Amino acid sequence: MKSAPFDYVLAKSIYEATRYLAEGEGEAAVLAGGQTLMPMLSMRMARPSVLVDINGITDLSGIEENNTAIEIKACTRQTELLNSPIVKYHLPLLAQALTFVGHSQTRNRGTIGGSLAHADPASEIPLVALALDAEICLSHVESSRQIPATEFFLGPMMTVCEPTELLVSVHFPLTKKESRVGTGFHEMSERHGDFALVAAAAKIELDNKGSCIDAAIALGGVDGTPVRVTALEKKLRSNGISDNTLESAMELAIPEILEDLNPVSDQHATADYRKRIAAILALRAINDAITEAKGNIA
Amino acid sequence: MRKSKSTNLRYISKKRRVIEDERFVCGTGKFVQDIQLSDTKHIAIVQSPYAKANIISINSKPASELDGVHAVLTGAELANHTDPIRFGLNLPNVTWYPLAVNMVRYVGEWVAVVVADNPYLAEDAAELVEVNYEALDPIIDPEEAYTDSKRLVHPEHGSNILYEGHFCWGPVEEDFAKSDFSLSFRVRWGRSSTVPIETFGVVAEWDEGREMLEIWASIQMPNFVELLASAMRIPLNSVRLHQDVDVGGSYGVKRGIKHAIIVSYLARKLRNPIRLIEDRLINMSSGDAHGPDRIFDTNIAFNKDGKVNSLKIRALDDAGAYPGRGPFQLAKPISAIVGPYKINSVEYDAISVTTNKTGQVPVRGFGQSPTNYMLETAIDRVARHLNQRRLDIRIKNLIKNDEFPYLIPSGSSYDSGDYLGVLQKTLDRADYENLMKRRKNARIDGRLAGIGLATCLEPGGGNNIFEYLMNPSAEITTFTEGCEIKVDPDGLITGVMGTTSSGQGHETLVATIIGEELEFDPALIRVVHADSLNAPVTRSPVASRMAIMLGSAAAGAAQKIKAKALAIAAENLGRPIEKLEYAEGTVFDQINTSHNISWSEICFIAHKAYHKLPHGMEPGMRAHNVFQVPGGGQLPDTDQRVQIYPCFSFQVHIPYVEIDQHTGKVSILNYFVGHDCGTQINPDIVRGMVIGGLAHGVGAALYEKFQYLPDGQFLNATFADYLMPSAYEIPMVTDIEHCTPSPLTSHGQKGSGEGGYLGAPAAISSAVNDALAPRGLSICELPMRSSIIEGLLNNGSTSQ
Amino acid sequence: MSSHNIRISVNEKTYRSTVDSRITLLDFLRNDLSLTGTHVGCEHGVCGACSILYDGTPVRSCSLLAIQADKRQITTVEGLCNADGSPGVLQKAFCDAHAMQCGYCTPGMLISAHALLEQNSNPSADEIKESIGGNLCRCTGYIQIIEAVQLASQRLRNSR
Repeated sequence: MKSAPFDYVLAKSIYEATRYLAEGEGEAAVLAGGQTLMPMLSMRMARPSVLVDINGITDLSGIEENNTAIEIKACTRQTELLNSPIVKYHLPLLAQALTFVGHSQTRNRGTIGGSLAHADPASEIPLVALALDAEICLSHVESSRQIPATEFFLGPMMTVCEPTELLVSVHFPLTKKESRVGTGFHEMSERHGDFALVAAAAKIELDNKGSCIDAAIALGGVDGTPVRVTALEKKLRSNGISDNTLESAMELAIPEILEDLNPVSDQHATADYRKRIAAILALRAINDAITEAKGNIA
Repeated sequence: MRKSKSTNLRYISKKRRVIEDERFVCGTGKFVQDIQLSDTKHIAIVQSPYAKANIISINSKPASELDGVHAVLTGAELANHTDPIRFGLNLPNVTWYPLAVNMVRYVGEWVAVVVADNPYLAEDAAELVEVNYEALDPIIDPEEAYTDSKRLVHPEHGSNILYEGHFCWGPVEEDFAKSDFSLSFRVRWGRSSTVPIETFGVVAEWDEGREMLEIWASIQMPNFVELLASAMRIPLNSVRLHQDVDVGGSYGVKRGIKHAIIVSYLARKLRNPIRLIEDRLINMSSGDAHGPDRIFDTNIAFNKDGKVNSLKIRALDDAGAYPGRGPFQLAKPISAIVGPYKINSVEYDAISVTTNKTGQVPVRGFGQSPTNYMLETAIDRVARHLNQRRLDIRIKNLIKNDEFPYLIPSGSSYDSGDYLGVLQKTLDRADYENLMKRRKNARIDGRLAGIGLATCLEPGGGNNIFEYLMNPSAEITTFTEGCEIKVDPDGLITGVMGTTSSGQGHETLVATIIGEELEFDPALIRVVHADSLNAPVTRSPVASRMAIMLGSAAAGAAQKIKAKALAIAAENLGRPIEKLEYAEGTVFDQINTSHNISWSEICFIAHKAYHKLPHGMEPGMRAHNVFQVPGGGQLPDTDQRVQIYPCFSFQVHIPYVEIDQHTGKVSILNYFVGHDCGTQINPDIVRGMVIGGLAHGVGAALYEKFQYLPDGQFLNATFADYLMPSAYEIPMVTDIEHCTPSPLTSHGQKGSGEGGYLGAPAAISSAVNDALAPRGLSICELPMRSSIIEGLLNNGSTSQ
Repeated sequence: MSSHNIRISVNEKTYRSTVDSRITLLDFLRNDLSLTGTHVGCEHGVCGACSILYDGTPVRSCSLLAIQADKRQITTVEGLCNADGSPGVLQKAFCDAHAMQCGYCTPGMLISAHALLEQNSNPSADEIKESIGGNLCRCTGYIQIIEAVQLASQRLRNSR
């Protein structure tokens, strides 16, 4: 388990990194936290010609808050996110999800950008980005672009990010914090810290009467990418929510969820199992979100 | 042998630091990977991508032309210069070489190795070795392997059956006929293993001047040197195995014979030290370290009052492609085939088949853990059938205190025990009534809750006679362990043991026992692991045997030293030995205590003052003692009854679990374990063994499995895919001690390395099945992954 | 393949070396600096046997390149010892609680536990599990390790 040969360059700026990537002609790889790339190198499943180390770029680290969004720079460590009061306050769903990401040691190195760029379909951070309508900023040596999370993920370990592009930051739009929002995150894995078999994220917004005015429900591990369960979101919005309607709304929606999901079978679980627990985890996440949102009204 | 006099003990059973620990916490342990010989070359391995294929050709030219590459070794070359690895079973037509010759038989099998200046280069070169295969149809399922006569793993053998034996002890048919009920069931033990955090590693150097092979290996294996010398076609005394390496965990599996042959051959050929350290992918796929993979079909006969009368057991075990000593794991359970229960007769059919999977090696308990899982399932099923409490069925059938030594139908005599005492103590500590209340309340709340109850018997001490039961050409009845004590002219004491250690604390064991016998602080006694040419006789630290065997050997050696000290004192004090008293090394005249001779004087005389030695006494101060396994030394009788292990430890496991009925996830909320391994030499070591074994059992019960696709592709080569439990998955365990000394050992000690692992899988299965019982469901396979349990609960099926 | 000059501080001692780009920090510490206390377990970032402190933060050295340690402060298990090489408070507690058997995962456990105690002087059992959750041990079942960390934290608090 030793890497194949590669060259190494330490980039000092975003521009320099993108220049190295451009010069790499598609054979370069970005080294961020290395928590996925390094194992893939040592198993020779990744064989870049050059590694572009972005850990020294100060512009790629940090969490910033402006009027419309929270911007998290790509190389911000997962541990820093977990300890961030800004994340806790504005992005509680991300904070909840992060407790399921690996272990403290991997979070000390692992970055938000690395997790998004790696795009494991069962990974927590892509799921949260999708649920929260995040936008992902990509830089090329000559240009940059901002892609909505809904369009970013293409398939298992595949994104729209070109090999010559650098993921520089992710923007989470701010919800108008009017104390009616709740979030919930549930996942199932055999061992704590493993990739989820299935994970579910929910964010629910209620009006003053407790009716649902907005809902974002996303599932991971049920398809080649994390998915938004739009049918369920629609149902929640149109039915409103009261104590006695939630259960029936869910029961109506569950067959729809199951129909659309397309998980894989592997050594850890069958597709059928993933489908069945997806429904229950979604329900639990929604329940938590609603409970929290209701608490926020009172 | 003396019985324990625990009240008089100075060091034994006392909480004392484990001698080995300090070097480990400072990072100064010496593992094989830490050995750096100058100019060492490194190995990378070319593996088969097929479960079964003919090797058409190998082109090693591109690899050997790479800078820094010194050799590419293929199976054909190695087979020309070495003899095949010897099996435990008598299988003249099954051939096993370290590197495949003509045919590969499992995914990951070693086809060639590359030797290079460093491991990075070696892997670069290994990628360049071109192998052409002709894929063949593999056989993966053990039941198909049993009946299929066409898809043969070893065509020359003519069948996939490696061993099929029938045993019958006692009037089985009669007992079944007169029982009120009988029931049959099937349970399946999944393929898992011990998976030490240190992979296997070996370094070899050929000393041309002495014509000697110097070898360092992270080994735990009887006969390692014999097997190596035989394969290398060199005299046994031309191999020096250095045993003073720390072994980073083994629990049975660190065997590495094929690894050792490869590095030894290359070290001699290339005249360089050669090093082969498995990486994790090699270790998991092809380190030959998988454990039992077993299907039991059991029939149990019992009366309506819960008395169990007889068992019929059929065990079908999948040994994989190359069975080293793995199949003997069907024979060890014969030593405790009825567990701790009074069962009058047993029929046992043991079958070992070969398949196109990684080979099986001995794993902690040597087959006893799967067997105990089957046996405890049987007892639970009887209770369920009769609608009686599982506890009551056990109480009814457990051997009582006044029945020891207790002879079981298969010929073993259990040395001692207080099964009901341990059970009661554990029930009390667990507050069993309260646990039942908790379960009831959980169920009222709609949750799935269950209490597990399992006992287990841990045979300890080892005795190779199980080998004879499966291979009568192996007429071996000696199973010994030796210990040597050397006292230097300064009076300092060194204990010498003849084998490696892999975390069992043998240095502490030997030092404690010598310290106890000679009345010296064990912290001042050095214990060394001699190399194989200097070593006392050993059969290696398998079979929960070192406290029993090495401990008793050390005690015997210490008694010889003490006797010599007394003889020297008698000569020099001018008093007969029976009038003298030994205390902390000094020998006194019993009547006039000021008339004495100190330890340092005695040692000086022994080494330097020949004129003061008793006439004819050999100078020096050293003693060697060999302990033969108590009750061993006999061949089986005509009904194949024989004493296999001498000592029997006992445990009771009571976990409380809840199951998430929607995801199937099992949470172990409490765990109580009562254990009795006789006198504990070091209580911290015993506690670690009990809890560590238990945690290993949690893995086997819920998480760990080596999986193969129908085409033989292997799915669990990484730690992300093989689910070893972390600190999150192991509950806080409450352990309860009990002591029933063995009458057969120096201080009443028994084995303790395996019991936790023998009891936990059975207990957790019992708890999960108890939780599922209100739904009328049961699960009869391990590991009980969430997806399997969920499938049962929500789909009525056991498919994942 | 590129090679690079690096200057790193390990256990407060500075080393200069030239390394190939692909050499992991784990291999560099063990083979080039002969600091063999840091152990090779899985080389894919799961078992934690290779844990070290990287500028004071516990990370896995198999998942870092040696060159990434350029101008960094590294602490290995050897660096947790007192200046005279004797075991420090946490290491002593591991001995007193017999928080190991084969000793192979122990250096990684110590690094994780050390980092925890730097931040939390009185951790609960759950917090300890969280901190060592990424360190696999096959011998102990973790209980005695948790007890050792609690013992060390108690001794550290008492000595303040």
